Amino acid sequence: MTGAAIVMEHVRKSYGAHVALRDISLQVASGERVVVCGPSGSGKSTLIRCLNRLERHDSGQITVDGVELTDDIAALRTVRRHVGMVFQNFNLFPHLTVLQNCTLTPMRVPGIGAAEAEALAMSFLERVRIPEQAHKYPAQLSGGQQQRVAIARALAMQPRIMLFDEPTSALDPEMIQEVLDCMIELAQTGMTMVVVTHEMGFARRVADRMIFMDDGQILEQGIPASLFDDPQTQRLRDFLGRIVHAG
Amino acid sequence: MIAALRRLGPRNWWSGLATIVLVLALWQAGAALFDWAVIRGHGWDTGPKQCQLDGGACWAVLTEKYRFILFGRYPYEQQWRPAVVIGIFVALFGASASRYSWRPALAGLWVAALALVLVLMRGGFAPLPLVPQDQWGGLPITLLLSSVGCVLAFPLAVLVALGRRARTLPAIRLLCVIYIEVIRGVPLVALLFMASVMLPLFLPAGMNFDKLVRVQVVIILFAAAYLAEAVRGGLQALPQGQFEAAEALGLSYWQTQRRIILPQALRLVIPSLVNIFTGLFKDTSLVLIVGILDFLTAGKVALADPAWQGFGNEVYLALGAVYLGFSLFLSASSRRLEAT
Ligand SMILES: Nc1ncnc2c1ncn2[C@@H]1O[C@H](COP(=O)(O)OP(=O)(O)O)[C@@H](O)[C@H]1O
Ligand SMILES: [Mg+2]
Repeated sequence: MTGAAIVMEHVRKSYGAHVALRDISLQVASGERVVVCGPSGSGKSTLIRCLNRLERHDSGQITVDGVELTDDIAALRTVRRHVGMVFQNFNLFPHLTVLQNCTLTPMRVPGIGAAEAEALAMSFLERVRIPEQAHKYPAQLSGGQQQRVAIARALAMQPRIMLFDEPTSALDPEMIQEVLDCMIELAQTGMTMVVVTHEMGFARRVADRMIFMDDGQILEQGIPASLFDDPQTQRLRDFLGRIVHAG
Repeated sequence: MIAALRRLGPRNWWSGLATIVLVLALWQAGAALFDWAVIRGHGWDTGPKQCQLDGGACWAVLTEKYRFILFGRYPYEQQWRPAVVIGIFVALFGASASRYSWRPALAGLWVAALALVLVLMRGGFAPLPLVPQDQWGGLPITLLLSSVGCVLAFPLAVLVALGRRARTLPAIRLLCVIYIEVIRGVPLVALLFMASVMLPLFLPAGMNFDKLVRVQVVIILFAAAYLAEAVRGGLQALPQGQFEAAEALGLSYWQTQRRIILPQALRLVIPSLVNIFTGLFKDTSLVLIVGILDFLTAGKVALADPAWQGFGNEVYLALGAVYLGFSLFLSASSRRLEAT
């Protein structure tokens, strides 16, 4: 499949009087890897959550995988099955084992039996190198392991697009790399990815394009090297300065 | 006792003193009870006249009255039927108390057992002569009203709790709110009274439901309103991220509730659910207001016998022991369920 996986046109979103997204237009091609960065509160989460309608946009158009996002629940559910999402806080289901977390979606596909669903889920747990934890509960795992399970759970849907909202921000520093490694491998398979992150090493290595958001707008975008080495706006220069010092 | 006190390790003088006073008071009360019940108590076959001579406990009143207290006015020769019913209920509670038995088959077991209970109680075919409902009474009535009350109120409560949170269905939401608030705003006694006295006035002549059915419906509706609020508490306690993750996986509303939300929410509120169930078990005694002879009322009626005057303590202690037994079983099951 070629062409646009995601198209946003003049998308606006506000919470009460507070405008979170002001007139966002953005296209993500199939197979493209886009990294979104920007200061806290700039609207990165709102943007990525609009892409599977965890947030409803107020105006404008969002088309994902060829389907426009509206109040049509059935269409929305189809889109959501093609779009995996990984959250900052993992959001694993604590009452289910790791394996059960990952078989939830394959089990629903018509004609797939329990054994087949488990085999599929195991193959994704192997991909994130965590098959030996399959029968534990999420609370028994480290943060990095939990986030890798969350990635496997999303992949078990066999999505065409993966969304990541700050997947390493809640992790202890020594666990960040194991999650990033999984994401790098995923990128090498040609998956379409939109990743909100401040991990600049990851962005340089993986991103086809980088987007800098500020105050609900896309202020700059381009290949990572040009944003890092030649920022056009003072806001981005300030932001990069803070990131480098923090890192 | 001194050793036990030392092990308690009172952290200061005051708590030490309070402990000693409490222990002494308990000791006094226990000794007095023991003296009355055992030392001065009369055996199981003493006559009432002899009992009344001194102040000791007269356990013979239970020997004389236990059949009436347990089974009410159910025909004497047929009382093995309600006895079996009590056994069925106890077995049913035992089977439901473990989390491992919680599977769809358990619901089927309940339905089958309740059907069996009704057939046994009512009869009306070859070996079991008909016993009309107004002769039922005692413990089976209490168990029937409260168990069916819990079992049917629970699914209703879950639906109402979900309805109250349905953001996209304002009409359903309003309906659920009104239902909960109205039921919680009116005492159970008033609801029972309305159902059994006022409802027939509005129904066309000849169309009259069984009194027990009407009372049962009221108990279900009453319990469901309280259970719904408890369930809602559990739903609200779940982090938003659980809902979002389920949505992002493309699960439908009912898949999300059944697989993700309810298993977690219900487990959180097991203590409050059991609390409501226990209350309901005791509250069923209010059906006396509409002339149904439940366990507690049967005890009261038994005490009215002129030949056995003045033995209320013995009977109420026995009734209390049975209620306490069932309630303790409920709370023990609750702790087990929470732990698994
Ligand atoms: N549910 C909400 N209700 C009200 N305001 C919100 C909500 N979610 C986000 N916001 C506000 O919208 C702005 C953008 O938030 P967000 O997209 O989470 O930013 P980021 O992910 O870049 O930190 C912030 O100012 C935030 O306070
Ligand atoms: Mg955010």
